[in-house]
Amino acid sequence: MNDQANPSSAERAAKLQGMGSSRKRVEDARFTQGKGNYVDDIKLPGMLFGDFARSSHAHARIVSINKEAALAVPGVIAILTAEDLKPLNLHYMPTLAGDVQAVLADEKVLFQNQEVAFVVAEDRYAAADAVELVEIEYEALPVVVDPFTAMDADAPVLREDIADKMEGAHGTRNHHNHIFYWQAGDKEGTDKAMAEAEVVVEELISYPRVHPSPLETCGCVASMDKVNGKLTIWGTFQAPHAVRTVASLITTIPEHNIRIISPDIGGGFGNKVGVYPGYICAAVASIVTGVPVKWVEDKIENLTSTAFARDYHMTGKIAATNEGKITGLACHVLADHGAFDACADPTQFPAGFFSICTGSYDIPVAHCGVDGVYTNKAPGGVAYRCSFRVTEAAYMLERMIDVLALKLGMDPAELRLKNFITKDQFPYTSALGWEYDSGDYHTAMEQAMKTVDYEKLRKEQAANRAAFTAGETRSLMGIGVAFFTEIVGAGPVKNCDILGLGMFDSCEIRIHPTGSAIARLGTISQGQGHATTFAQILATEIGLPAEDITVEEGDTDTAPYGLGTYGSRSTPVAGAATAMAGRKIRAKAQMIAAYLLEVHDDDVEWDVDRFQVKGNPEKFKTMKELAFAAYNQAIPGLEPGLEAVSYYDPPNMTYPYGAYICVVDVDVDTGVVDTRRFYALDDCGTRINPMIIEGQVHGGLTEALAIAMGQEIAYDEMGNVKGGSLMDYYIPTAVETPEWETDFTVTPSPHHPIGAKGVGESPNVGGVPAFSNAVNNAFAHFGLTHTQMPHDHWRVWKTAEKLGLTG
Amino acid sequence: MIPGSFDYHRPDSIEAAIGLLASLGDEARVVAGGHSLIPMMKLRMATPEHLVDLQDITSLRGITINGAEISIGAMTTQAELIASDQLAAVCPILGLAAAQIADPQVRNMGTIGGNIANGDPGNDMPALMQALDAVYILQGPEGRRDVAARDFYEAAYFTALEEGEILTAARFSAPPSGHGHAYEKQKRKIGDYATAAAAVVLTVENNSCQTAAIALTNVGDTPLYAEEASQILRGSNLDKKTITAAANAAKAITDPAEDGRGPANFRTHIAGIMVMRAIEKAIERAK
Amino acid sequence: MSKIKVEMTINGDKIEGSVEPRTLLIHFLREDLNLTGPHIGCDTSHCGACTIDLNGKSIKSCTVFAVQANGAEITTIESIAGADGTLHALQESFREHHGLQCGFCTPGMITRAHRLLQDNPNPTDSEIRYGISGNLCRCTGYQNIVKAIRVAAEQLNPAQEAAE
Repeated sequence: MNDQANPSSAERAAKLQGMGSSRKRVEDARFTQGKGNYVDDIKLPGMLFGDFARSSHAHARIVSINKEAALAVPGVIAILTAEDLKPLNLHYMPTLAGDVQAVLADEKVLFQNQEVAFVVAEDRYAAADAVELVEIEYEALPVVVDPFTAMDADAPVLREDIADKMEGAHGTRNHHNHIFYWQAGDKEGTDKAMAEAEVVVEELISYPRVHPSPLETCGCVASMDKVNGKLTIWGTFQAPHAVRTVASLITTIPEHNIRIISPDIGGGFGNKVGVYPGYICAAVASIVTGVPVKWVEDKIENLTSTAFARDYHMTGKIAATNEGKITGLACHVLADHGAFDACADPTQFPAGFFSICTGSYDIPVAHCGVDGVYTNKAPGGVAYRCSFRVTEAAYMLERMIDVLALKLGMDPAELRLKNFITKDQFPYTSALGWEYDSGDYHTAMEQAMKTVDYEKLRKEQAANRAAFTAGETRSLMGIGVAFFTEIVGAGPVKNCDILGLGMFDSCEIRIHPTGSAIARLGTISQGQGHATTFAQILATEIGLPAEDITVEEGDTDTAPYGLGTYGSRSTPVAGAATAMAGRKIRAKAQMIAAYLLEVHDDDVEWDVDRFQVKGNPEKFKTMKELAFAAYNQAIPGLEPGLEAVSYYDPPNMTYPYGAYICVVDVDVDTGVVDTRRFYALDDCGTRINPMIIEGQVHGGLTEALAIAMGQEIAYDEMGNVKGGSLMDYYIPTAVETPEWETDFTVTPSPHHPIGAKGVGESPNVGGVPAFSNAVNNAFAHFGLTHTQMPHDHWRVWKTAEKLGLTG
Repeated sequence: MIPGSFDYHRPDSIEAAIGLLASLGDEARVVAGGHSLIPMMKLRMATPEHLVDLQDITSLRGITINGAEISIGAMTTQAELIASDQLAAVCPILGLAAAQIADPQVRNMGTIGGNIANGDPGNDMPALMQALDAVYILQGPEGRRDVAARDFYEAAYFTALEEGEILTAARFSAPPSGHGHAYEKQKRKIGDYATAAAAVVLTVENNSCQTAAIALTNVGDTPLYAEEASQILRGSNLDKKTITAAANAAKAITDPAEDGRGPANFRTHIAGIMVMRAIEKAIERAK
Repeated sequence: MSKIKVEMTINGDKIEGSVEPRTLLIHFLREDLNLTGPHIGCDTSHCGACTIDLNGKSIKSCTVFAVQANGAEITTIESIAGADGTLHALQESFREHHGLQCGFCTPGMITRAHRLLQDNPNPTDSEIRYGISGNLCRCTGYQNIVKAIRVAAEQLNPAQEAAE
């Protein structure tokens, strides 16, 4: 029996529910009762509704806009067009990528469903009626849909507003539809490696245009208080402070008079990073009318006009020896950015962190170059549950490794093991300049192979192939191996900023006299459970129970400045800020403890939830006692109170990694791919809440399944979106989704205060190539090197047909 | 997504409903479960000025089984088809096929009448009705007339239903006891329409196929009753060669459109595969 | 268009309202009655975020007009917990097993699961998966939702457990 009055350190630690505990989420009591507060739940007195009249054309000149019939609809207050915004200089807005985007189409439309007019009405029904009656006359223009033809000499000029501006935000544009060329690495050295190589493989790997499609669409409520001059906007913002700064810059309202609030967010996955015309129009409408204005897009608008992801067409090339040692990597990317460059990447990285494309392998020389082009498609290019183009890079590389394995006649897992960066090479500087913090790839891969009994799977596959050849089955077994290294936690302010704002993050802590606390952060949860996990970090750092710590995010009037939640940056950056702020609290508490215990500062030591006198643990003061003392004792040389703030600028990114193995059965007659098994081993460094990590992995893998097997925002040759609703856009239900097997190793980040690396996006980064490799692998023995995603029934069947398997 | 305005009517008898349709003219639409019509209205692809809601007409509900004669009221939901033990005992294919339509919530609202009367080639029940050789009961200002499911469909959203008429029930004879049946549907996910689907109902005696009926979903402008394919099965020993021949005959009458599920040639191919699999499953189930 | 008077029993309370015929039930609940638990996700009857119970059946309230529900009995997520605020076993189980992340699908998901367990008190995992196939979730990958529903079913079924 333990003495109740004097519990052990371990018992006290367990009570805190700090790091490592699968603490239940504090958010859930509200959400399970329908008591969440999402943007469309907000209702303010006198609130009006905004709705867009959108372009039916992909590329057309606007001949005229007739508002008359629409204005006659009862309840309609106003209709804004570009002409109304021009005097305010708000018809264009800056994008996060250094381009500008039309808020309302200015003289011409550049993609189907582009915003042309903004109707403001007393309710959403009247607004919808008026949208139907806005008469827009168009003169159709030739359309550019295929990015491969965007830079043809005779390609139509899409962006007339910048046609003669050949110096872009990221260097010289060499065609009117060119946005930038960005490169990294040693071109000459790489060319040489290719020329001298024993084996070279090359393949065009396309990652189609997809959409993050959170269940909740984007929206906002803008409310201008004309009396005190303050504009408040509630909205689906993954980066509320950045939105405040952008809003101030473009409206010229002083930043202190703008308050941005992110209420509960129904999933983001990158879709809610950007600034959209709806936000600007709602704000303008509220400024003009003096009453709050709500704008919430519907799912079709969401899929067809707010930020897409990927659309990268990557030509990968690997040089290797006959024994399978990789000697060089080259990749050229044609990036389709749509009508405006609205990618959400750090300023210096117009192609994000694509140069992580050497992945987990020790590749001596590499080069990558990315050409961004304009087309008549919706703008975007956000990181859909990934860190700035890491998913594209990992997909290209992990497919190419399989292509090389096929060429060499080697097992794909063996080829990977042969080329991994070894444990003793960390910290490792890649050929493209990234410094990997920590890793033990061989251990992870071997653990994965052992757990799934990889050898047995390959034997089973050999038997399946023999049976197929003998005509005994029409099903082919595919085994997909993927090993990814992510680069997350952007990032060091020295090289990462968005619109000039350094990508640090922040935490401010106030300890209350009775020993509870509130922590405010510059990030914003969209389901990641920050209110739970950040309290856990603090519980461990300051020794107060997690349940006594409130975590608050998303209100720019109260939270310290931060760059928000995307790119798996919350844990690496804001999590670090939280730990550092906690340590400042502890440092002050140590001085208070020493004073109260009448010893020197250095003679007390920290133990779970208290400072105790070294060598005399019976003499101690708990954090709870110290909190009270901070407010009621006059301590010489110390200010009253117990608060701290930390702005954390990470010294480096973090590099989570993982080994995924997927087994599929492909029905060659129908093209149906059945996931028999999916095993995911993740190493995200220190694990703060295993339950939440596992949940993140399940969700990310399910998105990977969706992307690999069905998601695509496709356009016809006229630039019409094909299938822009959930009837066609593939979101798997519980029936299509398999059971996931998760596993882990723990290799902490050496530079992070608590060693955590971030995990939310890993399963998407690693999952997509694992699925795709499995499908390709099913046909590999027939000589198939690569088939494009999505691996939907038709495409898989077409692959089988081309290989002569459908008889 | 907000529908346009309309006036709402909820009659409590067929007569009243027909009277309303007669007086309101061609701007009136009947609504049953609404899961085809309401999405169209929200997209403003349908803008009726009047909606006549049939939910209070109790005579349109329910499954009546009288000996071998089965009558299903138009307002019977897909969920009710699935839940009916009586129906499962004499004609299980309907419940099994209904379970492949949409999802649980939609099946609670969606009715057989809406599914068969709408003329959407993506709907599943019309092919089943054709395979079962059902007759639709249509009531209008001129009284009642019966139209065979195999004659009912003219083109996408165009049927033999005249303006002012209401489809009140589908009637058919239960296939003989011991019959084999299957509805094989390939779809991208739960909630999707078929890439292609095939309904097969057959009877087998002494390894010889006595009766057979095959019909196809979503591979043409209308559901397709595959008479030639059915004929190939009848009297055959249902060997692999015959099944392939039937599938080929079924494929020959398809004319699918290209859509997100794939191009026409793929969907025709899948129709053939679904026919083969449905025949094989039906043979297994036949006693 | 003139408004129509409607009467319904919602979460046990008789309510009266007046709606345009075209008012969607989800808007009537959310805007007129401030029952903002059911959400609007896809608007095309695919996602199930708007799921409610109508006359004892799960339905998607984005694809039903309020006038169609005139006279109906409706249950929304707001009344799944006990009147005293005690969480329902399903709500507890979703929390316990991490069956939710962003929470947007959760009200529809729990409302659906609540009806599923009344129709089938002891479902297999596969029956649960089919049973919630009209409800999309973008965060969880469903695995923990299935688990949460299974465990809640076990808890709600003491007789079943005792018999084993």
